[in-house]
Amino acid sequence: MIAHQFPALQVVVPLIAAPVCVILRDARVAWTIALVVTWAALGMALTILHRVLEGGTISYLLGDWAAPWGIEYRIDMVNAFLLVIVTTIGSVVIPYARASVEAEIPAPRVYLFYCMYLLNLAGLLGIVITGDVFNLFVFLEISSLSSYVLISLGKDRRALTAAYRYLVMGTIGATFYIIGVGMMYMMTGTLNMADLATLMPAVIETRTIHVALAFLTVGLSLKLALFPLHVWLPNAYTYAPSTVSAFMAATGTKVAVYALLRIVFTVFGAVDLLTVADAREMLMALAAAAMIGASATAIYQNNVKRVLAYSSIAQIGYMVLGISIASVTGLAGTIVHLFNHALMKAGLFMVLGCVFLRVGSVMLPDMEGLGRRMPFTMAAFVAGGLSLVGVPTSVGFISKWYLVQAALERGWWPLVVVIMVTSLLAVIYIWRIVEAAYFRPPRAGAVAVEEAPLSMLVPTWIMIGAAYYFGIDATRTLDIAVGAAETLLGGLQ
Amino acid sequence: MEFPGVLGYWIVVVLMMTGFYIVIAHNNLVKKIVGLNVFQVSVFLFYIAMAKVKGGTAPIIAEGIVQYSNPLPHVLILTAIVVGVATTALGLALVVRIRDAYGTIEDDEIEAQENDR
Repeated sequence: MIAHQFPALQVVVPLIAAPVCVILRDARVAWTIALVVTWAALGMALTILHRVLEGGTISYLLGDWAAPWGIEYRIDMVNAFLLVIVTTIGSVVIPYARASVEAEIPAPRVYLFYCMYLLNLAGLLGIVITGDVFNLFVFLEISSLSSYVLISLGKDRRALTAAYRYLVMGTIGATFYIIGVGMMYMMTGTLNMADLATLMPAVIETRTIHVALAFLTVGLSLKLALFPLHVWLPNAYTYAPSTVSAFMAATGTKVAVYALLRIVFTVFGAVDLLTVADAREMLMALAAAAMIGASATAIYQNNVKRVLAYSSIAQIGYMVLGISIASVTGLAGTIVHLFNHALMKAGLFMVLGCVFLRVGSVMLPDMEGLGRRMPFTMAAFVAGGLSLVGVPTSVGFISKWYLVQAALERGWWPLVVVIMVTSLLAVIYIWRIVEAAYFRPPRAGAVAVEEAPLSMLVPTWIMIGAAYYFGIDATRTLDIAVGAAETLLGGLQ
Repeated sequence: MEFPGVLGYWIVVVLMMTGFYIVIAHNNLVKKIVGLNVFQVSVFLFYIAMAKVKGGTAPIIAEGIVQYSNPLPHVLILTAIVVGVATTALGLALVVRIRDAYGTIEDDEIEAQENDR
């Protein structure tokens, strides 16, 4: 039964396809390979999710070496859902990529772009699927190294410095993570997450474990761009090629949030970490600072990609807020927001890719009057923007509703105020762009532009459409998110 | 008895902070990469130091070998070294391209150029 090998194939197929792209050295072939592999990965992810929903946690032993000595891929509701998120985004972004990449990356390098994309996909899927903390580090580095390269492919020379700064900070983050893993190994002698979870309560009071926890949290927070460790993110998203911004904004930080969830709720699942270590107040304060600070900064940006980048930092605040509340509702809010935010942010960045293709810039003044000249593209922006604000019937509303409920359950109404204020700030930064596009005439001397090609417009609208489909009928995603939250809080099954 | 083990960890901490300081304080992009290397190497030493068993040898099943060091962290570090080499190579490649684009590899000069536009 090949289906039983899907957990391994999920990672191995993109990993092997990447060098194949390099050997064949042809842009069109590389794109076809990327498309086929991503869709195959989506198929496998859906099968795995189905199996998990039917039969519970899957444990896959690599090379049949028994856990905890061998590497185990352990898939429950949480990572099965994450696999679907990552592959779904990839499956919609790749058809879109062809025209966008052709326009933004020099032709001789296009096949290398797809190679790096496949490596990135393999790394992200590996992080999500693995049940081994060191294996996670290796995949973290695979996905990070490839994302540095993807960012540096941007046209603007500032893409190079953005990639360099991300490389320095990302490496420090990953190294912090591995220091934490080493300290856990020192105290428990195991690297398997499930095994760590059973051994952790005995050693939780030691200083080594406390220090390990600090290194793990700070390292992963660098990766997921938690305020104030977010400084690499705005430039990286702004100057990367449009396709890369769309893919990375929707998957990269989400997967890092997942890794943090795993460490806090699975590895340290048997101890009530957030109360023991005073981590709750700290995470909550940083999340609130990220939400308000980054949203306020977004208002003052003139580069629209940068507006979205700061908005991403604020949205990461929402996810961390859910983690710090640590109730089923709060975690469900976080998990469903991972999915919802991926849809709307990918959609919005894809809109900007269309704008960049036709206008050659995503600066606010260059987008004046664009609403009439690229009606379908800008309509997608408005729809996505409304979802970001959290208008009912959009996915943004579902996530915020859950987080507000979670805060009220605990009686922490100041958090509700923070969520409201952030939504209002989002109204302002989205409105600035809408105003420029619809209520101002095109600037004198602006070049005539036509609508973006269908190969880009259709994927963009699929993404935005999904953001409303799952906003109107959220039962399916919410069921999975609540189930995943219960799995996490239940600790070991 | 305690002393050598503790000394090993002191070396790790000193190297780690040295590397970290270089990454933060230095202005030259190549020196930052070197600092990053020192920082990573300290972690390699940390893993190797923790695996050492006093009086232990290599883990080989043979006559007379009763105690051996834990080989697993050594293997893990082989992987981490490969990752470190890849990171260094990529970092230096980026520095080359930054020099082509900006004509300098000093962080403050690059920042001045970026703020100009």
